[in-house]
Amino acid sequence: MDNSCISIRHVDKQFETRSQIIQALSDINLEIRPNEFITFVGASGCGKSTLLRILAGLETHSDGEILLHDQPIDGPGVDRAMVFQHYSLYPWMTVMQNIKFCRQLKVISDTVYSQSDVEAASGRADALLNLMGLKAFTESYPSQLSGGMQQRVAIARALMPRPDILLMDEPFGALDAQTREVMHDLIRHVHQLEKSTILFVTHDVEEAIYLGSRIVLMAPRPGRIDSIYEVPLPDRRHQDMKLEPEFIELKREILARIRETSGVQTDLDQLSRLTQGAQAGQGRVG
Amino acid sequence: MNAKVPYEAVKAPLRPARKKSTWWVIRGDLPRRTSVILATIGLCTPFVIWWLYTAAGLANPLFMPGPGQVVERIWSWWNGDGLLTDIGISTYRVMAAFLISAVIALPLGLYIGTFRPVQSTLEPLIDFIRYMPAVAFIPLVMLWVGIAESSKILIIFIGTFFQMVLMVAEDVRRVPMAQIEAAQTMGANRAELIRLVILPSARPAILDTLRITVGWAWTYLVVAELVAANSGLGYAILRAQRYMHTDKIFAGILLIGLIGLLTDQAFRWAGRRAFHWQKR
Repeated sequence: MDNSCISIRHVDKQFETRSQIIQALSDINLEIRPNEFITFVGASGCGKSTLLRILAGLETHSDGEILLHDQPIDGPGVDRAMVFQHYSLYPWMTVMQNIKFCRQLKVISDTVYSQSDVEAASGRADALLNLMGLKAFTESYPSQLSGGMQQRVAIARALMPRPDILLMDEPFGALDAQTREVMHDLIRHVHQLEKSTILFVTHDVEEAIYLGSRIVLMAPRPGRIDSIYEVPLPDRRHQDMKLEPEFIELKREILARIRETSGVQTDLDQLSRLTQGAQAGQGRVG
Repeated sequence: MNAKVPYEAVKAPLRPARKKSTWWVIRGDLPRRTSVILATIGLCTPFVIWWLYTAAGLANPLFMPGPGQVVERIWSWWNGDGLLTDIGISTYRVMAAFLISAVIALPLGLYIGTFRPVQSTLEPLIDFIRYMPAVAFIPLVMLWVGIAESSKILIIFIGTFFQMVLMVAEDVRRVPMAQIEAAQTMGANRAELIRLVILPSARPAILDTLRITVGWAWTYLVVAELVAANSGLGYAILRAQRYMHTDKIFAGILLIGLIGLLTDQAFRWAGRRAFHWQKR
């Protein structure tokens, strides 16, 4: 337990609406090791985003404890950066200004003492721009960039203060399939390079397997952890692995489990009977 | 098995497309030249109709003067009747009221839009007051403030301030939560969130609010100059009524409209300059 980076123990979260209390998270227990890449999947309403937002300090849990290097979390912190699905960039700032945004904040500027630190920060911004393939867009504004480019800026901005933990809430959910594949390889590369712990929420099972070293499958009503899968893939990944039998087998298993836990079922027989009925009806009219 | 189909095989013979008009396309585009022409037609048509109507002698000039008569009146007003002073004093009243209301409404709106307790305390009250007609406050304003310059400014202020606060609050509330939360996860404190995220993000919307409310300030001018004024465009209109100078009424109304249009365009231009990073 000593080598855990994050310890989540018996965490509960209730939402109170006007008419009822909703159990968003129920008895969540998870130990996360440093430099792990954990992906969270599950049917909608399973609380995966809520859990991530609690870890970010943007929301509070109702019960249980969350320890970060043996310290309980208290609000957001520079050690945990978050990447959102969209609309999080500052449209009035250039790409460079967005990435350097954290330099304006007191928590960070207080820790800078010497000129060499300032230069190092400048170097880091340049390095991140290079890493993300944004060199040509340094002076562009977010509105001039494609959705994929915007997410690259958001990731670079989150990495700027060297966070221990990167929290990603469906960051590629709004991107097209091709851009998403490029981003997958990019974020794997970032993970290897920066040695940060990444917690990644997604509804795309293939994405979850391709990126993660462990997959946490959550189930709704009440939001809970259903099962945890180890991904049998090496650290260095490439797109062809998605077609290998073990990948497909794991995908099949996870998809089936999500379907079972979601409580929503598609009855194909029922559907085909409906279609036949409709066709018969059409025949009579025609 | 490979199911590639040779592309040449699927090419259909070319049939000339019918050229479709883009005129009535829903939310369609319009060339800039066309839209300028249309705007000019829209602006000029009422004047042409007015001119034709009066030139044909269909109207009693006492009740409806022609454009020529009105232009003549503006000329003589400018030359001997102190038009510039009237414009000056009216602009001063409108701008003073507008600026005072902006100075109070901007911070107040920012607080209402940012902090729920402030919103809960003040919003219902402001909503209530803003439905009270500003015109009905005239007797009270005269009793309390008298008939000095401040009373006119106060009436325009009452007409614009309460609307402005609520609109600024709404502008501030519209700042995307993701922008705020992103700064929070980078360690921004409350003051930094307001100064570095909320304010800059809401700026374009706030400028738009100012542009709209300055127009409302102008519409309250005539009402405000009911209060024992002896100068100003609104006062001139009211006095012209007494002497049946319909051409001067026309002139005054048109001048106020023109000044309003110019102010509006100035705000739009400033917005385009300052917020060039916006997607248009």
